[in-house]
Amino acid sequence: MLRLPVFDVAAPDKLTDALRSLADSQAGARPLGGGTDLLPNVKLGQTRMAMALLLRGVGELRGIERRGDNLWLGAGNTLAQVAQDEQVRDALPALAHAASRVASPQIRNMATLGGNLCLDTRCRYINQSEFWRQALGGCLKSHGSECHVVPGGQGCVAALSSDTAPALIAYDATVEIASWRDEGVQTREVPLAELYDSDGTRHVRLESTELLVGVRAPVPGLNVRVGHRKWAVRKSIDFPLISVALRLELDGALAAGGKLVVGVLGPRPRVLDLKAFAGRALAPDFARDLGQLAFDRCRPLPNVPYDAEYRRERLPVEVRRLALSLFGDQAAQS
Amino acid sequence: MPIAEPLDPARARRIAVVRLHVNGQAYAVAAPTHWTLLELLRYQLGLVGSKQGCDKGDCGACTVLLDGLPTLSCITLALSAEGRHVETVEGLGVGGEPHPLQRQFAERGAAQCGFCTPGMLMSSAHYLDELGRAASPVVRQQDIAAALGGNLCRCTGYTKIFEAVQAAADETCDRARALADGPGGAA
Ligand SMILES: Cc1cc2nc3c(=O)[nH]c(=O)nc-3n(C[C@H](O)[C@H](O)[C@H](O)COP(=O)(O)OP(=O)(O)OC[C@H]3O[C@@H](n4cnc5c(N)ncnc54)[C@H](O)[C@@H]3O)c2cc1C
Ligand code: SF4
Ligand code: FES
Ligand code: FES
Repeated sequence: MLRLPVFDVAAPDKLTDALRSLADSQAGARPLGGGTDLLPNVKLGQTRMAMALLLRGVGELRGIERRGDNLWLGAGNTLAQVAQDEQVRDALPALAHAASRVASPQIRNMATLGGNLCLDTRCRYINQSEFWRQALGGCLKSHGSECHVVPGGQGCVAALSSDTAPALIAYDATVEIASWRDEGVQTREVPLAELYDSDGTRHVRLESTELLVGVRAPVPGLNVRVGHRKWAVRKSIDFPLISVALRLELDGALAAGGKLVVGVLGPRPRVLDLKAFAGRALAPDFARDLGQLAFDRCRPLPNVPYDAEYRRERLPVEVRRLALSLFGDQAAQS
Repeated sequence: MPIAEPLDPARARRIAVVRLHVNGQAYAVAAPTHWTLLELLRYQLGLVGSKQGCDKGDCGACTVLLDGLPTLSCITLALSAEGRHVETVEGLGVGGEPHPLQRQFAERGAAQCGFCTPGMLMSSAHYLDELGRAASPVVRQQDIAAALGGNLCRCTGYTKIFEAVQAAADETCDRARALADGPGGAA
């Protein structure tokens, strides 16, 4: 049995009330979307909170709608809703795919998009019980001074295992953030890629008083193809060991640019620009070169379970397969 | 069999009343704010069918239907169920009769130690619900595997479980077809 420690609960139904609660709580309150990350982490003594702020009732966080050239998704949508929504499947199929591959059916019914983007970082030390961790003493993220993943390391390199983050970064998504200040709601919007920091102990650049309200993704035109691919040991339940998204911008039948977004390396997704590949035909050798780029520029660490060297060898394979799936018939013909 | 939580005044405000429906019946249950739905079901209502397995989202033994959707009650706060409908394995059978899934699980040896069974049954029950609502229901192995993708079993190797769900699903389809064909039956 893993009992939760004592805490209070607030269940606002308006955004202003939620933001006020956060502002009033002096960092003791934690937003709770589905709780599928927060509650296990609190049970394991990895996260502490004085109050759980249930976001479920907050209407402003729900809904998926077309706003001009963008699709807007409220942070409170469940991953099941995101995966099944017709507009998302049409306009942002790689996001629908990423959402459909998170965890298990039950968790997708509970988990929210906001929670998936603000997911805590994970490593094979920190995601153990408090009792287990005591054997090695604390680490940079838990009242200690050394990292057990990179001995002697100066920073926490725990991995962001979010599946939707790489996909949404590939769509050039921005996130809408709100807080309660000076007796009013203050909002700001930042590119999703800039939400993340390289320090695994505070990798989400949000103040404790801020809430993620929604995500805005420009709907790509016909000259853009985006895909997502995940590898985990089991097809279900498991966190990703590789989660990659590829954005290909085309000029006619040739590549014009785009980006490769590689997740689960460290605390933030790695974004690789593909301008250098402009002019390449959508053929198998291009897919291989994209895989090689990932191999050269990314170095999976022994932060998440599984052999890091194997993950490194596997990454270019996943990238190549993802690229080929986006090339479609063109690659098959050449 | 309510569990004895210390009710000292300092913590009194951390006890809340949760109003919810469980297996069709309305309840108002006092529970500490940090309790999970699973704890409320097991320790306040005595519904111990839902199992406390890993207690952190990995295994599915605690699966209940919350407003009709499979949900892990071990990582759902009791207060998150306020005003909502919960179905547990205790509510599956009707009037002492086992649900077709329960009958098939028993007849086909789909339970060994039985610890995963309540969760398996609730995920399968949702799969059958969806199937029953489909315009032209088709039973597919891969859909059954996907529906049970969040439920672990250490004993059976899953084959017997899939067979039992398949058999109950076939019954559901037969019933749906019979209904569609009307009282006169199929030509
Ligand atoms: C067995 C298991 C398997 C899993 N597998 C995967 C997987 O394959 N891929 C994956 O990506 N994840 C996985 N997860 C992690 C988690 O379930 C998902 O990432 C999920 O999307 C988290 O969403 P949530 O709403 O439940 O988050 P919560 O637990 O509610 O919140 C997570 C964090 O985000 C903060 N937060 C939530 N909403 C907001 C908001 N609107 N504004 C600001 N902060 C907010 C919370 O305070 C908390 O710090 C898994 C979890 C388990 C238990
Ligand atoms: S990676 Fe971060 S969380 Fe993991 S042991 Fe190192 S410092 Fe701790
Ligand atoms: S007990 Fe809830 S998932 Fe294991
Ligand atoms: S029957 Fe024992 S865990 Fe499934």
